[in-house]
Amino acid sequence: MHPQRKKRLHLILFLVLAVASAVGLAMYSLSQNINLFQTPTQIANGEVPPGRTIRAGGLVVEGSVERDQQGLGVTFRVTDGQSEVPVFYDGILPDLFREGQGIVALGEVNTEGLFVASEVLAKHDENYMPPEVQAALEQAHQDGKAQMEAAAKEASY
Amino acid sequence: MWQWLVRLYHRLGSPKWFYEMTERWIFWLALAAGGSAIVGLVLGLLYAPADYQQGDSFRIIYIHVPAALLAQSAYMMMAVAGAVYLIWRMKMAAWVAKVIAPVGAAFCLIALLTGAIWGKPTWGTWWVWDARLTSMLMLLFLYFGVMALQQAMESEEASYKAGAILALVGLVNIPIIKYSVEWWNTLHQPATLKLTEKPSMHPDMLWPLLIMIVSTYLFFALVVILRTRNEILWHERKRQWVRKILES
Repeated sequence: MHPQRKKRLHLILFLVLAVASAVGLAMYSLSQNINLFQTPTQIANGEVPPGRTIRAGGLVVEGSVERDQQGLGVTFRVTDGQSEVPVFYDGILPDLFREGQGIVALGEVNTEGLFVASEVLAKHDENYMPPEVQAALEQAHQDGKAQMEAAAKEASY
Repeated sequence: MWQWLVRLYHRLGSPKWFYEMTERWIFWLALAAGGSAIVGLVLGLLYAPADYQQGDSFRIIYIHVPAALLAQSAYMMMAVAGAVYLIWRMKMAAWVAKVIAPVGAAFCLIALLTGAIWGKPTWGTWWVWDARLTSMLMLLFLYFGVMALQQAMESEEASYKAGAILALVGLVNIPIIKYSVEWWNTLHQPATLKLTEKPSMHPDMLWPLLIMIVSTYLFFALVVILRTRNEILWHERKRQWVRKILES
């Protein structure tokens, strides 16, 4: 390669690497701010001061959704598998909101540890399948569970 | 093999060779891009089953994902062409980079708009400042910046160089877009199509998506070739071979 072209090639490689490392370091140090939401564990550990507006994200705990008798108020718990945070929200939930589904709520933790949300967004996962397949999976899951239970019963005799 | 690549590279630097070579490709490219788009859209919009959670609104994936993929690939191509221009001072590379920029920006905009339209019914919001959405918006602004620089200066060469440098600097954004959903907590879901694993999508829904991706890349190739040919005709308008074409 022509020496001058080689020099330019090296210069360009250096430029790209320098920019990449600079941006990489900046991103690394800002990663807490780039995260869109905090996990329930972070909130339970007291990493979030009460009264500060944050987003909390996690899965809605099965069977935890309780709707108010009057109005739109709804309470549920959000989990990341380790800790749970109770959430209260007064408003219209997105269509995809359901138990077991991921959500991201905007709001603040009050002094009693309740997360009061002013906005709830549904998080969608990367899985796509037709309803029949989903039903078949569910069925297989339940059959498997029943079989396991039967086997466990037999084993205990 | 290496010899052949070097020879191809030298030929690509020749506007006349490129112009004559691509003459024959246009028809077939247009046919393949159009045909696959029709097949992909019919399969995706009419025959693919609805999603178990999102119902029919998931079908926007057949536009959104190909557009987002292409916007990133086009950016990488533009940056590589810019580097080739900076190192070898090959005019063709500068024209290709200039020609790609608006096309890539258009696909980036399509990805952002279709994403917003999908986000409203699915997430409950048009826009959220999460890492994936924000880095994609940055890609659009990078495209705008490169486009502006490519025409900013009196001398064409200086403008191309400035555009190429910005394109190379912005290259750092591409891995950020790709890994944003893994490095940080985002509202946007992780990738459905993965290079190393099985895609987390039912085959009946997946095939139309793959066809649409191929179709989008073919369409991009067609548009870039057509626009490069225009650029060649304009810049070489005083050459003998172009005059001959224009007169006939």
